[in-house]
Amino acid sequence: MRTRTRPGRRPAVRAGRIALNTAAAAVLAVMIFPVYWMFATAFKPAAEIQSETPSLWPAHPTLEHFAAAVGADGFWTFWRNSLAVTAAAVLLALAVSLLSAFAVARMRWRGRGPFIVMVFAAQMAPWEALLVPMFIIARDTELLDSLAMLTGVYFMITLPFTIVTLRGFLAAVPAEVEEAALVDGCTRLAAFRRVVFPLLAPGLMATSLFGFITAWNEFAFVNVLIIKDQGKRTLPVWLSSFRDVFGTDWGATMAAATLFALPVLVVFLFLQRRVGAGMIAGAVKG
Amino acid sequence: MPAATRTPAPPRRRQTPRAPTGRPRRRRNPWPYLLIAPAVAGGVFLLLYPLLRAATISFQHFRMGELIRGGAELVGLDNYRELLAAEEFWAVTLRTFAWTAVNVVLIVGISTGVALMLARLGRRMRVALMSALALVWATPVIAATTIFQWLFQSELGVVNWVLTRLGFGSFQGYSWFADGGAMFGVLVTLVVWQSVPFAALTLYAGLTTIPAELYESARIDGGTGRQIFARVTFPILRPMFALVTSLEVIWVFKCFPQIWVLSQGGPDDATTTLPVYAFKVARVLHRYDLGSAVAMLTVAILAVALVGNLRRMLRQEGNES
Repeated sequence: MRTRTRPGRRPAVRAGRIALNTAAAAVLAVMIFPVYWMFATAFKPAAEIQSETPSLWPAHPTLEHFAAAVGADGFWTFWRNSLAVTAAAVLLALAVSLLSAFAVARMRWRGRGPFIVMVFAAQMAPWEALLVPMFIIARDTELLDSLAMLTGVYFMITLPFTIVTLRGFLAAVPAEVEEAALVDGCTRLAAFRRVVFPLLAPGLMATSLFGFITAWNEFAFVNVLIIKDQGKRTLPVWLSSFRDVFGTDWGATMAAATLFALPVLVVFLFLQRRVGAGMIAGAVKG
Repeated sequence: MPAATRTPAPPRRRQTPRAPTGRPRRRRNPWPYLLIAPAVAGGVFLLLYPLLRAATISFQHFRMGELIRGGAELVGLDNYRELLAAEEFWAVTLRTFAWTAVNVVLIVGISTGVALMLARLGRRMRVALMSALALVWATPVIAATTIFQWLFQSELGVVNWVLTRLGFGSFQGYSWFADGGAMFGVLVTLVVWQSVPFAALTLYAGLTTIPAELYESARIDGGTGRQIFARVTFPILRPMFALVTSLEVIWVFKCFPQIWVLSQGGPDDATTTLPVYAFKVARVLHRYDLGSAVAMLTVAILAVALVGNLRRMLRQEGNES
């Protein structure tokens, strides 16, 4: 290897390549390791987890930890709660923001500018500062321990972002397509349903994904709003209290973490290209 | 609007209301307002109202009793006065600034390195690294937090094992969660690890927009790598850096779940930042009034970063339409 010597330009360039690739491999390994370690631990039998020298991969993969996690008290209830709250919040946000996005992208009206400013401002809302008032409001309206309140909060957290991205996707559908349908005798609603909506479908998919990830992962508000009724908790809170559930059984804990992260990872990697582009576009825009 | 559906020339429809006399008739079209009504209602009830409620409570005497019985009294600025007189508040504020500075410097520094690396890598390695970044990005916060608890376990944790093997024998059985400084370090590692993917991928996306000719001419003029970064790359990407930095400042400053789950602000308050402090004061001490005051001050401090960000968004908005 000539990594150290730099007599001429050419070997230096090659050495540079090698150094670069080595560095990239190191970065990749460091970044990916925690996620990998979660998977590896989840599949390792207890003896391997507790051995003095950890092995890099499970020598005798086992599913016992997954069985323990799934069999834990209330796992399916929390799973169902998470799914119900997430789905309801995302669908509600999509429906509401589709209306707003249409008004913003396709119509000119007085107050449009201020409305956009408000959406942008809402996108940066300091939700962490609203934990206490939300708790008090929920308490006053007897909505503590209710999934409805949680759904409402998640809906509002995802709404501004959904409006902004949907507006972007909607603006990308040429107005001429819609106008052609209008010319052909469609009503505005039919033109939207038959022409714009199919073109918008990928955008809706990508947008709902962001909402899904946000709501699925949310921890602070469940932690505050679900207090007494343990049957109303969602997966993040359950996972954060794994010590009460699994003690120091790290295999089961990592299996539980895997089961919690898996839906997000699968969806994310499956739609990675579009998501990557969309997230970045969304981020740059707001 | 329905009446116009059969007009064959849409452009004309747009021009007609702009007649010089009188107001444009389309202003009376109720549709846009009906369409945004649900969103506005949601914002008013679920965002504006809680925010105003927090502001109100911060001016009231609102503790356990008032929570149960209601009837909180206005006490003016008493809560703020109490807060600003407390040494603890200033310690927490300083700590929050330090926490934000350390994290953001590390995030932006590392992400810049990774982005520059991505731009120079071959296709296959680049895709591999980008996929890894996406995977980390997608890992849910609470899952990541749980993973880090396992990585940094004192007895079976892999971090202690690696450090011991590397010759740092003192890390054998070291308990990261018992010491304030170590806990702080673990939390910084966690937050940086979670934040680098977004920042790196965004900066990389920015890098790809710089035309290669610029680099070539800089190189022909004899520029070294560092000079090219300082004179070509950075100036062009300055808005991108500003964006990433301000977003990270906001996120890190108000970061809550990671800290709450890993340390609850401990040990000995060593990791209590403002959002954690607000929550602890309110929910643990039942000082809802004081907690709301902390929250309002947090918002006020954040507002500097938030307003800057909002202005950038609006400028972009102006460029686009």
